Amino acid sequence: MNQASSPVVLEGVRKTFGSTVALDDVTLDVHAGELFGLVGPDGGGKTTLFRILTTLLVPDAGTATVLGRDVVRDLWEIRRRVGYMPGRFSLYPDLSVEENLRFFASVFGTTLEKGYDIIAPIYQQIEPFKERRAGQLSGGMKQKLALSCALVHRPEVLFLDEPTTGVDAVSRREFWDLLHDLQASGLTIVVSTPYMDEADRCDRVALVQTGRILAIDEPGAVGARFPRPLFAVHGVPRHATIEALRAFPHAVSVHPFGDTLHYSDARVSLAPAQVITEVREWLGARGIAEVAVTPIAPGIEDAFMALMGDESDATTAGAA
Amino acid sequence: MRALRFLLRKEFLQIFRDPALVRMLFMIPVVQLLVLSNAATFEVKRARMYVVDHDASTMSRGVVDRLAASGRFVRGGGSGSVALGDDALMRRDVEMVLTIPPGFERDIVRYRHTAVQLLLNAEDGAAAAVTQAYAREILARYATELGTELFPATALAGARAERPPVRGQPAVQVRTRGWYNAELDYRHYMVPGILVQLLTIVGTLLTAMNIVREKEAGTLDQLNVTPVTRSVFIAAKLIPLWIISMVVLSIGLVVAKVAFGVPMIGSLFLVFGGAALYLVAALGIGLWVSAVTETQQQAMFVNFSILMVYLLMSGLFTPVSSMPEWAQWVARFNPMMHFISLMRAVMLKGAGFADVARQLAVLATAGAVVLTIAVRQYHKRSA
Repeated sequence: MNQASSPVVLEGVRKTFGSTVALDDVTLDVHAGELFGLVGPDGGGKTTLFRILTTLLVPDAGTATVLGRDVVRDLWEIRRRVGYMPGRFSLYPDLSVEENLRFFASVFGTTLEKGYDIIAPIYQQIEPFKERRAGQLSGGMKQKLALSCALVHRPEVLFLDEPTTGVDAVSRREFWDLLHDLQASGLTIVVSTPYMDEADRCDRVALVQTGRILAIDEPGAVGARFPRPLFAVHGVPRHATIEALRAFPHAVSVHPFGDTLHYSDARVSLAPAQVITEVREWLGARGIAEVAVTPIAPGIEDAFMALMGDESDATTAGAA
Repeated sequence: MRALRFLLRKEFLQIFRDPALVRMLFMIPVVQLLVLSNAATFEVKRARMYVVDHDASTMSRGVVDRLAASGRFVRGGGSGSVALGDDALMRRDVEMVLTIPPGFERDIVRYRHTAVQLLLNAEDGAAAAVTQAYAREILARYATELGTELFPATALAGARAERPPVRGQPAVQVRTRGWYNAELDYRHYMVPGILVQLLTIVGTLLTAMNIVREKEAGTLDQLNVTPVTRSVFIAAKLIPLWIISMVVLSIGLVVAKVAFGVPMIGSLFLVFGGAALYLVAALGIGLWVSAVTETQQQAMFVNFSILMVYLLMSGLFTPVSSMPEWAQWVARFNPMMHFISLMRAVMLKGAGFADVARQLAVLATAGAVVLTIAVRQYHKRSA
């Protein structure tokens, strides 16, 4: 991949706060026109990464460039050309919807009218409330206003830090549809989310945990990194099923997923039918009723759990 | 500069959108001046006195009557025992014990010279000094009065007396230590100082709270990813607050003039010029506080801690000359002290530019230094 044309490039970026390592040797690049996802739990370093890319923080080591410009040296040019929507609502609650929008347009040296066509699909949904103070908007409307404010100056790269946290399921789906529309207009978008199910809507994702990148790949391919056969197991009572399954000698991992359990088996080469039979017998012998076992394709969340497990194993081994 | 215009518009929009803030800005000077300058005087009214009159004569009763008639004192008890008076003083039932010795009247008539004793509760030193000064003044007036009334009587008595009467004015000598000028109108003296204090509180607190609020709301970060430079941001914050503080000062001056008749002998131009310079330092402190704190609560706490020291070392409530030497040195670097002395000099004495040039220079320097430190701190923190 030609890095010179990549709008976002990080190389060996490290950032510590006191003794806490927020980012540890992060290397990644985002392609032009891509919808790139940073997926991982809270406290993983996603926000720190955004703050470095938006020139709010200076990395301790490594380099980061946005649109080919260094985040430390060329901060003023980057600030003119990117849009940033922080995880927390960060507009003026005492100004109206329209005043906020006009204000942010003006500080970028443009006007609401000049940026109207780019924000129109989003802004039109909240325009009927343009006289309302931003502090009195609902969560979904605040989010749309914040996105409008981050877009009004026609940025070339858009950074969205957990835009769907605390937003209802319908609004979340709508929001991702909007992001796809924006992407279609040629915008490069970097978005973070703690929700694994949203990772599937990105072109590529980076799995981030405790300041490290565990994997970067297309969402489907991340699941394929799961190294063992995986089965969905159903049993009643549920808790006893988990206990029993964990006690099974060949079990590697047992994680609850919705109303089923995801079970992975250590015997990679064994036929799935054989594993199913053995698991059914094992659970049956321990008084578990309504047992159902089916082989499934690992999803991104399974991969993430497995990678997280490897990571902590490696850390423990390193410490010992 | 275009960006500054937009930021300024936003600031004014926000300030005037907050009706509570606007009300406060215009009410605070009025209320504070009215309350503080009436409360923060050293005037003593209706001090309770315990009377131990060993003489029980017309003249000794005259002493007590004059004190009571002045309105400054009320009788809070009396007996023939000094010890009981002491007890009353200890119990804080009275502020003063007046002891009139036996032979008071006789001594006045014969020698035109006698003494009374005043015992004061000096826990509150300033109040005791003032109480004593009032008593002394009243007694001295009574002595003069006695002099004119007594002359014929002494002449008569003198004809029959074994000892010739002492010539001259009779005097009641009050034995006191220290002295306090009770004649000064405290309000005239306090009001300029309180105006300065007000300006300081409004200036530093508004600035600190206003900027920290942007931090708390996350809007500061949002602004930091725009092409707005920190200098423009700071300018857009300080200019409106500077203007508002000047308006607060104007309101305060009107109240001072109308409600208190505080003289404004000197040039108002000098008063406003001094304020203009002083506010740079005051707003700079607010800016510094906002740079080192993260929440409005912290900002409030830090700000008040600084203001307390600042106020106490300003010479507003206690004269700088009576502070220990190290404190005097600290006070010398306190722009508030210089601004108060400038205000008093210009308003009460009519000092001109040349008289206050030194204060103006100090204020300008302080403003430049404080603002520089604050701006640096601000840049450092958000790097």
